[in-house]
Amino acid sequence: MNSLLALKPYLSKYRNRLFLGYIIIVLHITAMAYQPLVIGDAIDAISNGAETSVILNYALIAVGLVLVGGTFLFLTRQNIIVVSREIENDLRYDFFSHLQRLPKSFYNSRTTGDLMNHAISDINNIRNFLGPGIMYSMQTFTRLIITLYILFNINVKVTIIALAPLPVISLAVYLIGRLTYNRSLKVQESLSDLTTKAQETFSGIRVIKSFMREQYENLEFDKKSRDFFHKSLKLAKVQAFSFPMMFLLTGLSIILVLYFGGVQVMEGNMTIGNIGEYIIYLGQLTWPMIAFGWIINLIQRAAPSMKRFKDITDIEPEIADGKHTNHNIKERDIEGEILFKNVSFKYPGSENFVLKNVNLKIHKGTVLGIIGATGSGKTTLVNLLPRVFDPTSGQITLDGYPLNIIPINVLRNSIGIVPQESFLFSTSIGKNIAYSSDVIDDLLMIESSKQAGLYKDVAEFPRQFDTILGERGITLSGGQKQRTSIARAIYKQPKILILDDSLSAVDTNTEEEILSALKSIMKDRTSIIISHRISTIKNANNIIVLRKGMIAEEGTHNELLAMKGIYFDIYQKQLLEEQISKL
Amino acid sequence: MTRTEDEALNKPIDKRLMRRLLTYFKPYAKYILLATFLTITISALAAFRPSLTPIAIDEKIANGDIPGLQLIIVILLGTLVVQGLVQYAMTYLTSWIGQYIIFDLRKNIFDHINSLNLKFFDNSPIGRLVTRVTSDVEVLFEVFSSGIVTAFGDIFTIVWIMTFMFMLDVELTLVTLSVLPILIYATIIFRRKVRESYRRIRILVSKLNAYIQEHIVGISIVQYFNKENRTIKEFEEINRSHTEQNKKSIFYYAIFFPTVELIGAISTGLIIWYGGGQAIQEVISVGVLIAFIQYSEMFFRPIRDLSEKYNILQQAMASSERIFEVLDTKSPIKDPEHPITLHNVKGKIEFNDVWFSYNDNEDVLKNINFKINPGEKVAFVGATGAGKSTVINLLERFYDVNKGEILLDGIDIRNLTRENLRDHTAIVLQDVFLFSGTIRSNITLGNEKITDNQIWEAIRNSGLEEFINSLPDKLNHKVNERGSSLSVGQRQLISFARALVYNPKILILDEATSSVDTHTEILIQHAIEELIKGRTSIIIAHRLSTIQKCDKIIVMHKGEVKEIGTHQELLSNNGLYYKLYELQYKEQPLNE
Repeated sequence: MNSLLALKPYLSKYRNRLFLGYIIIVLHITAMAYQPLVIGDAIDAISNGAETSVILNYALIAVGLVLVGGTFLFLTRQNIIVVSREIENDLRYDFFSHLQRLPKSFYNSRTTGDLMNHAISDINNIRNFLGPGIMYSMQTFTRLIITLYILFNINVKVTIIALAPLPVISLAVYLIGRLTYNRSLKVQESLSDLTTKAQETFSGIRVIKSFMREQYENLEFDKKSRDFFHKSLKLAKVQAFSFPMMFLLTGLSIILVLYFGGVQVMEGNMTIGNIGEYIIYLGQLTWPMIAFGWIINLIQRAAPSMKRFKDITDIEPEIADGKHTNHNIKERDIEGEILFKNVSFKYPGSENFVLKNVNLKIHKGTVLGIIGATGSGKTTLVNLLPRVFDPTSGQITLDGYPLNIIPINVLRNSIGIVPQESFLFSTSIGKNIAYSSDVIDDLLMIESSKQAGLYKDVAEFPRQFDTILGERGITLSGGQKQRTSIARAIYKQPKILILDDSLSAVDTNTEEEILSALKSIMKDRTSIIISHRISTIKNANNIIVLRKGMIAEEGTHNELLAMKGIYFDIYQKQLLEEQISKL
Repeated sequence: MTRTEDEALNKPIDKRLMRRLLTYFKPYAKYILLATFLTITISALAAFRPSLTPIAIDEKIANGDIPGLQLIIVILLGTLVVQGLVQYAMTYLTSWIGQYIIFDLRKNIFDHINSLNLKFFDNSPIGRLVTRVTSDVEVLFEVFSSGIVTAFGDIFTIVWIMTFMFMLDVELTLVTLSVLPILIYATIIFRRKVRESYRRIRILVSKLNAYIQEHIVGISIVQYFNKENRTIKEFEEINRSHTEQNKKSIFYYAIFFPTVELIGAISTGLIIWYGGGQAIQEVISVGVLIAFIQYSEMFFRPIRDLSEKYNILQQAMASSERIFEVLDTKSPIKDPEHPITLHNVKGKIEFNDVWFSYNDNEDVLKNINFKINPGEKVAFVGATGAGKSTVINLLERFYDVNKGEILLDGIDIRNLTRENLRDHTAIVLQDVFLFSGTIRSNITLGNEKITDNQIWEAIRNSGLEEFINSLPDKLNHKVNERGSSLSVGQRQLISFARALVYNPKILILDEATSSVDTHTEILIQHAIEELIKGRTSIIIAHRLSTIQKCDKIIVMHKGEVKEIGTHQELLSNNGLYYKLYELQYKEQPLNE
């Protein structure tokens, strides 16, 4: 429950509107509460044979009160529910902006689905509590007080008797709500079991078919389905209670009034009109009483959601500018001279070092090639430069500045990276290429796409650079994606360009074209190229061979071949592979 | 995803689909009839109670008749309790019917999907198939359970209330109902506005979701390019329009609810004004007046509910269309009408002029010819994409050949039932698929005829004994989804045990390329030896040790058989095999 206190700053931002909303609720309820009195008086007047014009007056007043009350109801919703939507907006904004600032290490431990759940269903639960929750609790509270005041003024004894079932309704609704919630959790679990089963069966269909286990799997699914069936019916058993329970108890109130009120009328303590009033008031109280139990359920649901929300927004981003940051360092100061001094790295919580004692100098304006088996630490090594991670020990400097004193935006603006997986956004190709700028520079975009060997492909699309990618647009081939990703990095005109195995899906001819184009662009800049293919890196100024997180060999292509070590072996194998594929 | 959601909202009600859906109701016709009867009873009882109010007020209270009042009270209490009980029974019964129909339907879909051939699975994302047996079916539940039966209930409530009102006083009824057209009109307008607004909200929600999802998946790019602020700004735009659209729907509700109350109040006002006049002239009694006020309050809910039901039905149409589409998909691979049944298979396999392509334009296998004699062990080698796995797929009849024939013991496999064919073969795939369950269930795959003795024998022969004995629960050790708690080597050994326990005549093995530690490597090599002993074996081999145990090597390249022979023969040929040997096998140590 305490976790909901975290909503305080969000609520106080709309303090005035919420207060106004509450005043309006009081006015609304008051207007509505007096209507039955008017009707009661009208009935009494009718019983006493009043003038038609008097009765018409009563009727008009009754309608008028509802008109006034209804206007206030309109304003209530426009205030309180709207505020809840505003807060939802704020919460989602805060959540999303926080996500944007959290480092890679955070994302490694979370699944996308899990984070999506936070952003959607948890915030939804909180919103439901804020909007309907707050509105109905204010309404219920106010209505209860005003109605009780009026009813007690009519007749104390009848009021106590008539209200006797109401707390029972609230309790019943609360209990049924809790049971419903627990049982629907079980239904949800069963459903996710069933979903998993279907998912697993369809994924493993080859095994199932080759061992002829379809019948068995059908039976297994049948079991899960049956379990779901039984759990759903158990839920239905409770749910089926709520409706009859509700009108049984309100019906009971009315019957009690009819009897005890009737006796009071006979004794002359009450009028028949009073009975009419009771019937209407009790009808008005039913819903708020039900709402009471319902609100408690909303709170029960919102509290854990708010806790999950806080759990994430409370995480401080590890990698961020701080006291040590030197804000005098500007982008123009960065030239691209990189130095790794005794750098070691392991992922948090892991025992094994991914990089061990790496010492490496990359001069500005040169090309470094990196080769090595999967898992040898190549990607980790280059990820240390834009500070995706910080080294566990050792130091990296850029133009003599330790990385952690360079403002993060200066550092990252100076580096263009083409990651292993070419992630593109589902917007136009042009916007993807010009991702680094807010306004597309057409010339630069076309130039970059030419250098990345993408231009010819784009020219063939009917909508050219406006072609939309992704689910709603076209699907690019692996090679096209890689080249778009390269164009995106080139467009940025970075001081340091990193290609992380980014030419793997590109054929050798295109590769050569891209590499020679890069050569001229990167003349005065630093490039780091990771590849599995010798052909990609053989012209680099310096090549390192990584093995189990250590630099095993270093030198130029010819020097490395002469060593007859790992590099030489890879070279031989790739020659052979080429021969076979040409057969 | 988003597109289908958009469609889901505006699906006209299709009679043909409706009729087909109704066939699922048939087995439960009796119960549905009962539920309908119950719901009519409920609405009658609910409408009956206020009709007693005038009697209580005019005849009993007004005349001070306490015993009479007590009698009325007892009748009221009685009907109230009966109504509660019947209501409970009806609600439960409709859920029960709905759940049963859903259960049948779900089973139907699942079994049908399972019966389809691999080509279907190649073309359908698994997520989509799962949706068919889960959320699509769930949408229909609403129609089957509450939807149809309670719609009857709503209609009858209206009918009963009108009946009782007319019985009490015709004129006053007409006066009361005079606001009805306004109410219906307001409801229709509101529904239309809200539906449109919800449609927009839904589109915005999926836009919002897509944006969040994309920027969580692509967080690295955002951060590499320093675009956090711009991303947040873009997000806020969508977030904002989502909020604004929601505010619009709040506005509609904020208008609608007071309007309904006002219409109700006008109706009450009319009753007081007109009815009051009548009462003064003693045409009607005060009790009747109060009863009418009660009725007018009961009248509005069912009208609102009915329009809700129509929406549910529209959504159900889209789901049922998708479901029937799957149910109407037929498997192109069929068992023959008059199958030949093979009992004691010898294990001779022939491929004669076999051609095959997965998608009709690129031949994956071109004119494949080879013969494998009973008990022979044959290794298939070649680069990735050479067509080795396709040979296995065809032999297991996951797909049918485009041209040529495959013979088992001289019989075209298309003349056998798939069950008969697969009874004699067992396949060990490179990517070991483990199901969540236990070690035992993963070895037997649920076949209860396999005894524990057989399982243990298979475990011994596949070198798993030491590992299984080290587990506290032995065979009952729990295996997670996709077997993530086991090492790659252990998973392979389990899949070997799985094949051994089925004791097939023909073994198909797609050797895994992933590297394992030396100890496991030795275990695997022994297990493979055990696996192929005394069976016709077809192996897509990656281990030199495995190749050397084979009688024959078939070298494939770009969909063709290039060389056939023994290891020594092929090496001395100095052809493709020699090159592959140099590339892949030469450096492998032989743990012999």
